[in-house]
Amino acid sequence: MAEPGRPLPQPTPETQHFWDGAKAGELRLQRCDDCAHVYFPPRPFCPECGSRSVSVFPASGRATLYSYVIHHRAPPGFEAPYAIAVVELEEGPRMMTNIVDTPQTPEALQLDMALEVAFEAMNDEISLPLFRPAEG
Amino acid sequence: MRPNTIAIVGAAETTDLGKTPNISEITMHADAALNAMADCGLTPKDIDGVATAGRTPTEIAHYLGITPKWADGTAVGGCSFMLHVRHAAAAINEGLCSTVLITHGESGRSGVDRAPRRMAPTSLAGQFELPYGPMGPPTMFTIPVLRYMKEFGLTEEQLAMVAVVQREWAAKNPRATFKEPITVDDVLDSRMIAYPFRLLMCCLVTDGGGALILTSADRAKDFPTKPVYILGTGESVETPMISQMADFTTSRAFRVSGKKAFDEAGIAKEDVDHLMIYDAFAHLPIFGLEDLGFVGRGEAGAFISERNTVEGAKLPLNTNGGGLSYMHSGMYGMYALQESVRQMRGIAPAQVPDAKISVAHGVGGMFGASGTIIMSNEAP
Ligand SMILES: [Zn+2]
Repeated sequence: MAEPGRPLPQPTPETQHFWDGAKAGELRLQRCDDCAHVYFPPRPFCPECGSRSVSVFPASGRATLYSYVIHHRAPPGFEAPYAIAVVELEEGPRMMTNIVDTPQTPEALQLDMALEVAFEAMNDEISLPLFRPAEG
Repeated sequence: MRPNTIAIVGAAETTDLGKTPNISEITMHADAALNAMADCGLTPKDIDGVATAGRTPTEIAHYLGITPKWADGTAVGGCSFMLHVRHAAAAINEGLCSTVLITHGESGRSGVDRAPRRMAPTSLAGQFELPYGPMGPPTMFTIPVLRYMKEFGLTEEQLAMVAVVQREWAAKNPRATFKEPITVDDVLDSRMIAYPFRLLMCCLVTDGGGALILTSADRAKDFPTKPVYILGTGESVETPMISQMADFTTSRAFRVSGKKAFDEAGIAKEDVDHLMIYDAFAHLPIFGLEDLGFVGRGEAGAFISERNTVEGAKLPLNTNGGGLSYMHSGMYGMYALQESVRQMRGIAPAQVPDAKISVAHGVGGMFGASGTIIMSNEAP
């Protein structure tokens, strides 16, 4: 358990599977059964074709660094400076996250660098998907 | 809309801009509205349509003593007022009402009776963005920029130049908050807010308001003010989450809104004499110039730093000093519209000589929405 004080997500019926997955150490995405579109954030239908026939599946957890800023003033639960990043998942969708296990500097944070998901428990219910530089 | 059927006949900002803790937000709406009515010789009884954002049209109509036949509370952020102009034009043309008042007021700095805005922890942004520590626009609106810089080679110096040239415009404007000249070094030496963004690449936070009054082009001739005709209008929305913007190097909402406005107006980019692009941060004019089609992809940073948007150059841009130097209450779109109207009336502090066509392009949220209004001062 780390960093108390962060604003934490409050799951809704449509996103519960994502947060259940995160708690279990799994990054869950959704795929359309009709057009195969993979999407995020969660919703009970496909934003590409409108089909309600969609499935949840575990993503690889591999991603690349798409863009970020390094914030120089810390809100509760953070230590400045820290990067607010957007990563591109191997499966296509992008998500906001923080990058851990590496200095929060432009030199260490190179766009397109390989990353992997690392879950961090905030409390008994919520684990946040964070990303760290990929091994090897 | 059909070009040249609607005109702006009244336009004004609040009596004071900057730091005005003596009046509450709703009174800023009213102060600007009364100034705009005085500008064109109307009273609240003459207004039969009301549009606003930040507050509800119900609050504004009641506060000012207006009985509207038409109300629009479209609230998509700082460009809401561009959308209001567009919707009002359609409503007047359809006969839903005849004289529309659009108001803005925001106690952005002093926070007197400011409408609260909080993202619910159940919203998609509350679940999938807020836990990662963004603290408002300076840490979110700026996230796409490193990707743009890598893609096109935009430099921090070029970003800084956006602030430098806008300060040059602000120096000519007595009402601008910051008028002292700045250099690229000043910008790059200013406090780091969220790398790569430094303080002087970010907009001001001030109090203020503005209001517009629109009617049909036919009726506009009976007003004491010089009519400013609406040539074309556009709007679009994309996403409430910056992380979900489809492409970090170009705004879909900008492209859709801009194209629609230019198609309606039936004009070419070369016909534009004056341009306003909502500049909450230094990269906004860069995205705007490219997404509206004034320059090619990746060319806007050089276009600005080579001084193509300064006084006397080919495309005068953000001539009031912009959100970076003039003022920025939070929903700046109204001030971009006001400067376009002043330029079309020929009364701007930094007047572009013989300007006949002006474009005011706005952003809402963080690349979440967009509105584009093209104006002309030539009678149809
Ligand atoms: Zn589908």
